[in-house]
Amino acid sequence: MNQVSTGTPGEMLPPVENEPQRHRKGITLGDYVERFALIIAWVIVIVVFSILAPESFFRMQNFTTMLSTQTTLVILALAVLIPLIAGDYDLSLAANLMMAGMLVAVLNAEQGVPLGLTILIALGFGALLGFINGLIIIIFDINAFIVTLGTGTIVTGLVLWISSSRTIGGVSVWLSDWVVVNRLAGLSIEFFYGLLLCAVLWYVLDFTAIGRRILFVGRGTNVARLSGIRVGRVRWGCFVAAGILASFGGIVYTGTAGAADPVSGGTFMLPAFAAAFLGSTAITPGRFNPWGTYIAVYFLVTGVTGLAIMGVQSWVQSVFYGAALVIAVSASAFVKKRREAAAKL
Amino acid sequence: MDPAQAVVVRNMSMTFGGQRALDAVDVSIRRGEIHGLVGQNGCGKSTLIKILSGYHHPDPGGELEIDGLPVKLPVRTGSASELGLSFVHQDLGLLPTLTVVENFRAWTISTKFELFIRWGRERQLTEEAFARYGLSCDPRAVVGELPAVQRALLAIVRALDDLRVYTKDDESRGGLLVLDEPTVFLPRENRENLFEVIRRSVTHGSSVLFVSHDLDEALSVTDRITVLRDGRVAGTVDSAATKKDQLVEMIIGKRLEAFEAIHREHTVGERSHVSVDGVTGGTIKDVSFALNEGEVLGLTGLVGSGFEELPYQMFGATPANSGRMTIAGIEHDLATMSPPDAIKAGMGLIPADRQGAAGIGSLLVRDNVMMQVIDQYRPYRLDRRRYLRGAEDTLKEYDVRPPEPIMDFQALSGGNQQKVVLAKWLQGGPKVLLVHEPTQGVDVGARLQVFETITQAAAQGMSVVCASSDYEQLAAICDRVLIFHDGQIMCALVGDQITKDRITEQCYVSRGTLRPDTETRIPA
Repeated sequence: MNQVSTGTPGEMLPPVENEPQRHRKGITLGDYVERFALIIAWVIVIVVFSILAPESFFRMQNFTTMLSTQTTLVILALAVLIPLIAGDYDLSLAANLMMAGMLVAVLNAEQGVPLGLTILIALGFGALLGFINGLIIIIFDINAFIVTLGTGTIVTGLVLWISSSRTIGGVSVWLSDWVVVNRLAGLSIEFFYGLLLCAVLWYVLDFTAIGRRILFVGRGTNVARLSGIRVGRVRWGCFVAAGILASFGGIVYTGTAGAADPVSGGTFMLPAFAAAFLGSTAITPGRFNPWGTYIAVYFLVTGVTGLAIMGVQSWVQSVFYGAALVIAVSASAFVKKRREAAAKL
Repeated sequence: MDPAQAVVVRNMSMTFGGQRALDAVDVSIRRGEIHGLVGQNGCGKSTLIKILSGYHHPDPGGELEIDGLPVKLPVRTGSASELGLSFVHQDLGLLPTLTVVENFRAWTISTKFELFIRWGRERQLTEEAFARYGLSCDPRAVVGELPAVQRALLAIVRALDDLRVYTKDDESRGGLLVLDEPTVFLPRENRENLFEVIRRSVTHGSSVLFVSHDLDEALSVTDRITVLRDGRVAGTVDSAATKKDQLVEMIIGKRLEAFEAIHREHTVGERSHVSVDGVTGGTIKDVSFALNEGEVLGLTGLVGSGFEELPYQMFGATPANSGRMTIAGIEHDLATMSPPDAIKAGMGLIPADRQGAAGIGSLLVRDNVMMQVIDQYRPYRLDRRRYLRGAEDTLKEYDVRPPEPIMDFQALSGGNQQKVVLAKWLQGGPKVLLVHEPTQGVDVGARLQVFETITQAAAQGMSVVCASSDYEQLAAICDRVLIFHDGQIMCALVGDQITKDRITEQCYVSRGTLRPDTETRIPA
């Protein structure tokens, strides 16, 4: 635009078009540092805690525990990621996760419904909640943030209702076996669920036309619409996919604990968003991406675990997650602005 | 010093990067006069007004006098109302969700420090002002729910009321109200109401500078009219003694037409390709036209005539209320049209808003150019290498510089962004391409390439609809130009008639004489 506004038309011989060679494919050292900054930060955190608490933190068992037990958060963060890429916030996902976990517990332990069936019901519920969110948001064209805040709160209430505000245990051991007891390479099997889901999501987002469309919609809704993409359907589909994923997270959560409690799942919402935003500063900076999110989850977990081992009181956990979210959002905004500024050169 | 002169502009010039937008302009506006200001796009009207409002800093040497007192230039922004200048712009500057009182008193309420706002008194002041100018309007109404004319009236009365701060201490002062095309978006029937208020305002001693594209309106409302052409004053005339034709001639001037006749080489096919029948929606009222294979059809008119709405309605981007369109024998209902349907029907749309509607600035050029064809690269297991190569080939084919798919779209120059958008649509081989202001913000070299790309595609049988207010561009690429007024086709120019000046002339002249152009109607 800048070249056009100055000078008479006659003076403007074909302008600076051949010059921007520096936009060539080459990836600079700075780009690499930016990409792997989060991993570097993670390593630093590990080193610092290992020095501070060599006895308790720097132990194999601690690492396997960290990797094994945080799959619920990984899955929820990946669920949060999908609508984010399409440009929407879904705040109902943590409630969705709690409900799925509670449905499995209540139906299986109290009603005697076979476990396999309860899992299907839980996943079905997740899909249904996503569908309803999408219905309200797309059909009535309402802000997703507010709608999902509302539906999430409704579901939170329903969880208390169906559980009578109790923790429900006695879920078939088969679930725990296939989430946490069975091990592969020294790690609980659930670790590999998270890893596998992340890989699948990465494939879908980066290697299919549908994944590209989600990105188009998130980046330029109007452009996508005028390019013939059915924007409403894409966003709707993202809510449903996120719902299913979150409910799977809930099933894993119940399996990890062998029981379902009606409140603790809600505490996952904030770290999940923190991870998604923190992840958007890594791997493909400036873009929400699964591997960045995955690493961010473990970065956050490492920090919290380290603090806990150092004997810091548990309120610090909230402070840590909250600070991480604010810093992550600021950092991702900064990365985005810098990229835009670079593009304008 | 002449007490009869309210505002005198003397020797005002303004230079942008070597180009003179205003060249030694003299305008004088008498007390109690409604003074018109007319001219083509780019003639310097808005530059002059922006100098008055303090937005532009004019070249040294210019002088401005208000009520006999010299004003230091540049005008200090924000001090306009103290100097006796008040403005109403096209967008009116109202807050639609607030009430009439809140809008009317917004400036005073928000700048004066008072512990409590006395709403009763504010309402009373508002009602008094309304009574003074003969405006009947409920102060408690929400502005967004008022009819368009009432909103314009509210804005004008508010601006007049601002002037009273300046005039109340000194009887000899009048001040100037500048109306910058306030009627563009108003329905014609109700404008008289507004003119009444304007006429009444000058009986209090103020003057009005009335900027308009609508010459009939300007002639009927104003006392005198100043015509600007290419940054100079082409003349000032008495409205009562001037005919519209004379005004049009002053606006266009006498120029060599030969320069503009850029030869159109391709020939229009015989077969009718697209027909649009009875479109109504937005400003557009019952418009019909047909389009042949390989034809480049221009749509134009003055601001507010609605011509630019048609491509979006044809594409289903902003659905029309009613209307039908037939492409290659298949009929479509424009009330239920959607972009995916339009694409399936063989259409493409290149919107004017390049960053907001045509391309995604923060995505790679590759993704922007391939958006339409991504499904051809194994949708469930993207062949990324072939996808990238496809993008590269397309960029080369359309001469995008640099032909580099792995860079952000926003990093390209305007002209190259437009080439990417053209490539995105043309590689799918649409039957009909709809474009809106295709060379806005595009440098001269790329502009010619865009013309060439469009005319070449037309030569291969694609029909093109080009909505633009760039008359030179229309003259360069169109086989036929439809000129709109008030949402309707007023005339059609064909072949040799299509010159920049002819289009300009017809835009200003053609109105009130609806002659259903048989040529543009579809045979039943």
